[in-house]
Amino acid sequence: MRAPASILPLALESISFVAGGRAIVDAISCEIGAGARTIIVGPNGAGKSVLMRLCHGLLQPTTGRIVWRGAGTTPVGRRQAMVFQRPVMLRRSALANVEYALALHDVPYRGRRALAQTALERVGLAHLAGRPGRVMSGGEQQRLAIARAWALRPEVLFLDEPTASLDPTATREIEAAIAAIYATGTKIVMTTHNLGQARRLGDEILFLHQGRLVERAPAERFFTTPATVEAAAFIKGELPWT
Amino acid sequence: MNDLPEAFRHAAMLVATGDPGLVEIVLLSLRVSLTAVLLAALLGLPVGAAIAVAQFPGRRAVIVVLNAMMGLPPVVVGLVIYLLLSRSGPLGAFGILFTPAAMVVAQTMLILPIIAALSRQAIEDAWIEYQEQLRSLGAGRLSAAFTLLWDARFSLLTAVLAGFGRAAAEVGAVMIVGGNIDGVTRVMTTAIALETSKGDLPLALGLGVILIALVVALNAGAYLTKEIAQRRYG
Repeated sequence: MRAPASILPLALESISFVAGGRAIVDAISCEIGAGARTIIVGPNGAGKSVLMRLCHGLLQPTTGRIVWRGAGTTPVGRRQAMVFQRPVMLRRSALANVEYALALHDVPYRGRRALAQTALERVGLAHLAGRPGRVMSGGEQQRLAIARAWALRPEVLFLDEPTASLDPTATREIEAAIAAIYATGTKIVMTTHNLGQARRLGDEILFLHQGRLVERAPAERFFTTPATVEAAAFIKGELPWT
Repeated sequence: MNDLPEAFRHAAMLVATGDPGLVEIVLLSLRVSLTAVLLAALLGLPVGAAIAVAQFPGRRAVIVVLNAMMGLPPVVVGLVIYLLLSRSGPLGAFGILFTPAAMVVAQTMLILPIIAALSRQAIEDAWIEYQEQLRSLGAGRLSAAFTLLWDARFSLLTAVLAGFGRAAAEVGAVMIVGGNIDGVTRVMTTAIALETSKGDLPLALGLGVILIALVVALNAGAYLTKEIAQRRYG
């Protein structure tokens, strides 16, 4: 399966998302390119999750445009996948959950099982392939969600606070799975409020504050010498607890 | 009032001896109501799922009407189906009035709104939980509806059972379109009504006990199935 030309970069052209009279995302413009792992950080309510849903196409911006510059006229929905903070599994086995996603992407029936099994192995869940998805632990479900997303071979993988409700062991396993997916050439875009995680996984940081993109910097520079007052205050306030 | 103990003795005796008349009535009851449930589920579950995930003008009104139709009076449904199926009616050519087929049609109409309305509620609850995930995976509304029908299967069992309970217990619709003809369209509820008016209370009560026992047994079976399955699948 040879991947077609890249749909990246992803250009956000002054996008805003207004709900209940409040701009949750406020005139954000930027371009997200291939390669680097992009981590979106910011305090609760900064608009991280909404921004990610706008990028993924689950929400439409109130104003502004989202353009996949590399895509031309080809549909982009199938070239990207998303892992949610709370994964939703179907009432069927772990393996069948992955096969379901493959079926939605028109993968022929004969090929699904092998692809799904490979994806489960990739996240260390091969031994739980037959267990119903909804009775797995939170960490296992999140790894299953990552396997399900990875099985679709997305060019871009969005992750929205994938470890927010997990213990440290499960968090480590999730981070390892994300690293493995990145290693296969998938663009990673992830939100987190865990700055330790942002440091471990991030190449570049987008810092959101009250719906606006306040700072964008390579990870190292963002954490050592933030350029804005807001970012400096956020790092100072958050780091002791990570 | 010593009818109740007498009725239970009578019912026990009828069951123990496998009284052919009784067996025929019970089997016809089950055949009619189960066929109606099957048809109503085949129609009502997809309709409920479609309303749950679709967006269209007047959706709220449709839901209100559908919920209200859960309380359709059986005699009115029976009367409407009677008019449709009678010789001079638009569907008179089929000639099925006063046959079990007419009773199946009437009961299907009666419980279709129940199954559709209850499944609409169950599917909509699931849709709220699954929507973002399914859309992210690339499911359109149609394929999402089928996914939800299967994933909510244990909740939908309750909707189907409610339909069966209503069909097995109603007397008005089958009485009007079936005619309560002995050996042809006599079912448990119409037999109970007839025996009561004739004054044969023990037989009527005996049939009532059997009817309730059947409904309880079916519900118990379904409940256990649901319990076990939910523990297994979450």
